Amino acid sequence: MALTGVQIFKLLPKTNCKKCGFPTCLAFAMKLAQRQASLDACPDVSEEAKATLGEASAPPVRPVTLGAGDKAVKMGEETVLFRHEKKFVNPPALALEIKDTESDDAVDAKIQDVVGSEINRVGQLLRIDAVFLNNDSGDAGRLASLAEKVAQKAPETAVIIGTENPEAADAAIKPFSGKNAILYGATEANAEKMAEVAKAAKAVLGVKADGLDALSSLTEKVKSLGVDDMVIDPGARSAKEMLEYNTFIRRAAIKKNFKPLGYPVINFAQRDDALHESLVAGLGIAKYASIVVVSSAEKWKNLALFTLRQNIYTDPQVPMQVEQKIYKIGDPTPDSPLLITTNFSLTYFIVSGEVENSKVPAHLAIMDCEGLSVLTAWAAGKFTGSKIANFIKESGIENEINHRELIIPGYVAILSGAIEEKLEGWKVTVGPREANALPAFLRSAQAA
Amino acid sequence: MAFVPPKESFAGRVFPVTIGTGVQQTFGGENTLPFHSFEGEVPNRPLIAYEIQDVPPEDWPETVRRLYDGVSDDPVKWAKYCEEELKAKAVALRLVGTHPDSKDLSADDAAKTVTDVLGAIKVPLIILGSNHVEKDSEVLVRAAEAAKGYDCVIGKAQEANYKTIAAAAMANGHKLIAMSELDINLSKQLNILLTQMGFDKEKLITDPMCSALGYGLEYTYSVMERIRLAALSQNDAVMQPPMLADVGMYVWKIKETQAPEDVLPEWGSLEERGIAWEAVTASSLLMAGSELLIMRHQRAVEAVELFVDELM
Repeated sequence: MALTGVQIFKLLPKTNCKKCGFPTCLAFAMKLAQRQASLDACPDVSEEAKATLGEASAPPVRPVTLGAGDKAVKMGEETVLFRHEKKFVNPPALALEIKDTESDDAVDAKIQDVVGSEINRVGQLLRIDAVFLNNDSGDAGRLASLAEKVAQKAPETAVIIGTENPEAADAAIKPFSGKNAILYGATEANAEKMAEVAKAAKAVLGVKADGLDALSSLTEKVKSLGVDDMVIDPGARSAKEMLEYNTFIRRAAIKKNFKPLGYPVINFAQRDDALHESLVAGLGIAKYASIVVVSSAEKWKNLALFTLRQNIYTDPQVPMQVEQKIYKIGDPTPDSPLLITTNFSLTYFIVSGEVENSKVPAHLAIMDCEGLSVLTAWAAGKFTGSKIANFIKESGIENEINHRELIIPGYVAILSGAIEEKLEGWKVTVGPREANALPAFLRSAQAA
Repeated sequence: MAFVPPKESFAGRVFPVTIGTGVQQTFGGENTLPFHSFEGEVPNRPLIAYEIQDVPPEDWPETVRRLYDGVSDDPVKWAKYCEEELKAKAVALRLVGTHPDSKDLSADDAAKTVTDVLGAIKVPLIILGSNHVEKDSEVLVRAAEAAKGYDCVIGKAQEANYKTIAAAAMANGHKLIAMSELDINLSKQLNILLTQMGFDKEKLITDPMCSALGYGLEYTYSVMERIRLAALSQNDAVMQPPMLADVGMYVWKIKETQAPEDVLPEWGSLEERGIAWEAVTASSLLMAGSELLIMRHQRAVEAVELFVDELM
């Protein structure tokens, strides 16, 4: 049964010691009630409180970290099935598979793909987060030497060791001891030995079974062996199975508080064709995977998957914003037109896209309106004549252009008088209401 | 402990919609979330239509424009090429040349194009305006008349022009796309207005407005999920028409499908990137609930069909 934040608070030490990472016991209690924190974070909690809160307060999907350092990936902690209900919390890791049967050159190229995969998109750094080292050869030595190479050439990248052979696992995981590597995996047949290896290396254990019934039993068994941090693989390989199993796992964890499946899920999306693989990986991203393993990392594919991951994991209640500044579209000269709009990311993308389509180089002033669209920002008093005038003056654009003409969105035509009043010597021109009319507008202005 | 899969079933069902007269196609009809055949019925595949235009696609990027070199100067040739060579299951004719900023072609020109295209293909035809509110209500009325008896899809009716377009679709026996801008309430409102004027809700297709990957996809995705949940769990009949994702026109105008690799080497191959952009946008919106897609690139369409094979 779920407890409220206040009920939980009464059971905490009330010392506000901050050791849990939250400023007060009450704040921690509220997070526990929302199942976004684990009671384990409190070092001073009484046994009695543990017994009462224990299972009830644990997040429905256990938080597990993959990798160490700045590039570590947090997984789990999800609280909903649909992103409009509440933000999806931890974006899934993308992991590139490297087989220990691949040639040295192929391995080097893949390591390079991962290390060089980082891209900045709308202010976020996105990358291939991990490598999945597949013991395809079945030979312990080959897996160990592949692991050694990765540890040297990509020391910051998180690692998943893929073998069912405990001796191979033990050898390969050595370079990553204490770095939250994942050891994948434990099966019904090898669970005891794999649990020992994982515990010794402080690794997360990947647990693999055929179907959800077998998987639930196996996670219970692994837990009784003293391993708490797991990622789970229900054996789904087709897109259909991925959707079915991932949905049941997420529902069981969140709606039924079913602990044996309350772990991050690993999906395998490898396909012969990279485009096909993109779509299967996209399914994993949209539908509840915490790790998606891919077989290749072409730059075009990475960009599409990074972007999808970013879109799906955007907070639906907080508008995406872009940085306030004067953007150059095309290659504008001091005579090129100057347009202004707000910093809602969609507004920016659509307006800048249409300016680009027009092939008329321009200066695009994006003003910080807390991520609101034009009409909303105007209605909220954030896109007003005096604020626009201040922004234009402080932006320094007056030193970069020869003219003094500002094009404003058609929806706020009403502002033109107020802006001209505050911006001495400037002329305000009312542009179109909708961005799709910008190309015609800019071209006819250019011709005039 | 034994695991019992937490299956969910719903009271509502998406209306199945059948279009065309020669070769017929049916989409929609499921009583569960997208591709949840493990707990409900998914009787039909989503339908993907190839997009063609009444005028040459001068503003389409090279990657997709060159596929249609030699046929795109004539909508009849273009439509036949889609049906015969690309094995299109449906064709979507966008009358973009009627837009005042384009060629400003007349409603009669549009009607002639529709008649000619219908005479050349057997698969169902979707007839789209140029998204100019006033012009569309003129053009789509004539187009609907010209297509009488072919059981086409006419679109798009919007709040500002739905009356004339819906009346023409109704009088000539067509299905109708109702488009609103990324808002579940506006979408519901428009469907209510249409049914109040006597349009059969089982002949509607809802277009909650598409967005490309990276350019607001998450808005379309969530509006679609919410519409579908309302249709299924609240059994709300005005939310039960199948949904359209008009993917191609939104994808093939953004930077990611146009910026050359030598300018942005970190983005990789322009050709593969553009195709992946269209395919990933489409497959994501399938996961959100769309059943009718309009797309442009053959390889993107084929990849999405293969993905659907894996899901069905």
